[in-house]
Amino acid sequence: MTDLKQIDWVPLGLIIGMALLALPLVGDPAAWLTLTAAGLAMGMMIFVMSSGLTLVFGLMDVINFGHGVFISIGAYVALLVFVPLAAWGAADSLVLNLSLVGLAILVATAATGALGYAFERVVIRPVYGQHLKQILITTGGLIVAEQLIHALWGANPIPLRLPETLRGSFLIGDAAVERFRVFAIVLGLAVFAAMYIGLNRTRIGLLIRAGVENREMVEALGYDIRKIFIGVFVAGSALAGLGGVLWALYRQILVASMGMEMMVLIFIAIIIGGLGSVGGCFAGSILLALLANYTGFLMPKLAPVSNILLMLAILVWRPQGLYPVAKR
Amino acid sequence: MLRHLLSGDLPRSHALGAVLMIVLVALAGAPFLFPGSQSLNVAAKICVFIVLAASYDLLLGYTGIVSFAHTMFYGIGGYGIAIAMHGISATWGAMGIGIALALLASLILAVIIGLFSLRVRAIFFAMITLAVASAFAVLASQLRDITGGEDGRSYSVPMVLRPSFRLFDEPVLGVSITGRMLSYYIVFFSSLLLFLAALRIVNSPFGRVLQAIRENEFRAEALGYRVVVYRTVASVLSAAMATLAGALMALWLRYTGPDTTLSFAIMIDILLMVVIGGMGTLYGAVLGAVIFILAQNYLQLVMAKLSAATSGIPLLPQLLHPDRWLLWLGILFVLSVYFFPTGIVGRLRAGRR
Amino acid sequence: MTTALLSLSGVHTHVGRYHILHGVDLVVPAGGVTMLLGRNGAGKTSTLRTIMGLWRASAGRVTLSGEDVTQRPTPAIARSGLAYVPENMSIFADLTVRENLVLAARSGEIDAERLRWVFGLFPALEKFFQLAAGALSGGQKQMLAIARAIIEPRTLYLVDEPTKGLAPAIVANMISAFRELKASGATILLVEQNFAAAKALGDTVAVMDDGRIVHAGAMGELAEDVDLQHRLLGLSLDRHQ
Repeated sequence: MTDLKQIDWVPLGLIIGMALLALPLVGDPAAWLTLTAAGLAMGMMIFVMSSGLTLVFGLMDVINFGHGVFISIGAYVALLVFVPLAAWGAADSLVLNLSLVGLAILVATAATGALGYAFERVVIRPVYGQHLKQILITTGGLIVAEQLIHALWGANPIPLRLPETLRGSFLIGDAAVERFRVFAIVLGLAVFAAMYIGLNRTRIGLLIRAGVENREMVEALGYDIRKIFIGVFVAGSALAGLGGVLWALYRQILVASMGMEMMVLIFIAIIIGGLGSVGGCFAGSILLALLANYTGFLMPKLAPVSNILLMLAILVWRPQGLYPVAKR
Repeated sequence: MLRHLLSGDLPRSHALGAVLMIVLVALAGAPFLFPGSQSLNVAAKICVFIVLAASYDLLLGYTGIVSFAHTMFYGIGGYGIAIAMHGISATWGAMGIGIALALLASLILAVIIGLFSLRVRAIFFAMITLAVASAFAVLASQLRDITGGEDGRSYSVPMVLRPSFRLFDEPVLGVSITGRMLSYYIVFFSSLLLFLAALRIVNSPFGRVLQAIRENEFRAEALGYRVVVYRTVASVLSAAMATLAGALMALWLRYTGPDTTLSFAIMIDILLMVVIGGMGTLYGAVLGAVIFILAQNYLQLVMAKLSAATSGIPLLPQLLHPDRWLLWLGILFVLSVYFFPTGIVGRLRAGRR
Repeated sequence: MTTALLSLSGVHTHVGRYHILHGVDLVVPAGGVTMLLGRNGAGKTSTLRTIMGLWRASAGRVTLSGEDVTQRPTPAIARSGLAYVPENMSIFADLTVRENLVLAARSGEIDAERLRWVFGLFPALEKFFQLAAGALSGGQKQMLAIARAIIEPRTLYLVDEPTKGLAPAIVANMISAFRELKASGATILLVEQNFAAAKALGDTVAVMDDGRIVHAGAMGELAEDVDLQHRLLGLSLDRHQ
């Protein structure tokens, strides 16, 4: 993966091809730009939320149906910052606004990361290697956590106001691109770049990539994969929390089930990408979100099933996903 | 005779046998034992959910795969009735057509999902069923012209099943035999029949192969069983049963809408019923459905009292708020998976020895 | 008797419901090559996996330099000086050749001199150093698997059927590589089906059947005694000689 020549460019070409194909279909370039920006922003958010899940599966064969809980909790914990510091968000100052969002992200990721650590120890550890129990237990965790959110924050949806300077749109020609979407795209790209460098340029990253391929051999080389796994699980939970903050700002309304609602897209993204592949998860998320936006505009009736059709098409083409992970 | 009806799969525990007997008698005599429309409603719901949970157990307990699309098939049954009764007429013929088309739709969907996800990797099944089911739910509320959208569809049922219908002029045992009661008995006997059919399936040679696959997929494959085919057939059977359960519920409610058929909340309910009752026993589905529906309808009353009694203590009243009843069942669910993977039925059977 | 570097006494291993090793007693003396022979399914691979802790022994003891390592987790066993080349090679296909080797170097840096020595044994690896390991040929993958084990000196090398399915020219390359490794004073426990290769490399030999050691002694004795070979190795000999 280190050598550019060895990257499989076909899936990336697919994304660009889809965007270019949509241009004449949509007709109006301004509308196309708006849709594309919306798709990219959505895709970045899906990627941030799903990247940890795909690594967790790749590394330990653990499937966490409760991952959505961390998204919801990230969003609700961010309220602990957004509500008391509402003045920072109301101020017409980019610095204050970004500090507020940054602080909320920091608190939310710290909380979900810590929770992820506990979750791995208490819930996941006893059911290593048992898929059926993993699905049941983590789904149970999801039910309990959603109910606890209701108990702690109340059952009613909670509105969240986007900080002042992130509201409104940039005008590019005739096209209006919402500022928050640009913010989400930039943040998503930063997360992807950080993960890419972390995985490809550091020793821990090397161990993670090797572990995704063959956990047993990494152990036989003398490395304790469980420690690596806990680290990845915590990072994945923290990223889900970060995604939760973004998702909450995007929706501007919080409900306890908001994380669970994302799980469908997240699962499709990691299946399309190839379970265990971060690059695949990135490509899959973008592809998914762009297609959803284009079909929502062109054929609104077809929009709800566009994800499923995309997944089926990809699985027919590459049964192991866009970027299959070499497995034993 | 009884052994034959139960396909040789006896409760194997006196306590379990007694509880099942009580459930059977209570449900069979519900219109006479617990008069009143609310309790009859609870009884009908229990009947339908026993079938729904049992059909889910066919998949979860006997095949070892988790589906999140069970409510989709349940919904297809409901919408089959709704579309036929609303679109054609409130007759038995339309009902038959609706059920037949719903079964066909479920069959096709189940085969496609099964072949796609089970062929690639069994773990995909849970994720893909979740995705397909949620897309179906969105689709159902968007296609307003056909499904009635978010509002759903209310419709009439054949004359003899309407509440105003009277079979006899005089009450029997102090209760008048209404069309509502006839509806209830259609639901009750159909559910009983479907449950016995499920028992027959799991105790057939086919059912034994499923369990062999669940225990050791690779060995079953090595013995020459086509694992994908068996699993797909199991998911088709389970889907067909769920579809029939949905049709029964539609018949009873005379209404079909997304919230009562397709919602993820119902999927979670089914999962809780099967796991708490006991996976892989079918009788667990009976106990799970009974406990769950009773809890849904009556636990909230108890919790309201407890919540009021603990007011003043921090957090506790919120946790005991009647709306949080699912929290406690969720905790029970998690504990069941860890400590009693065979659920209540497993406990009862172990207690006998 | 020379000092035992590794010894197994009465080791039983169960995998799931299957009882695979039925009391293995094996001594690997320090220095030289110990061959572990036996027909398919005799328990050779299971013995290596049990030594590595990848399967847990249900009874018996595994000691390394006198220390009991039976219940240690795999990473700890590896860190006490074992290198392992599994039967299916288990190279990391998505990683480059270089990354495969860097991973095996515990310090995180490959010793330049050692790397030159490895390249001398397997020149192909130098040529494809930056290529994804998955793109290598079968023989080259096997070379990488061995290179990964020897990129740093270890107390004991466990190698499972390195010549399986390889072309004769590459088998010869393998044999000479093991000769050189042996000449550097290394201790190797080598599982082999190819009796010619075993004869060429082995100092001592142990033969397994049905989850037990059924013969142990010097390689020379077994090499000369055709009857014994036939009795112990039967089928596998017919196929390989």
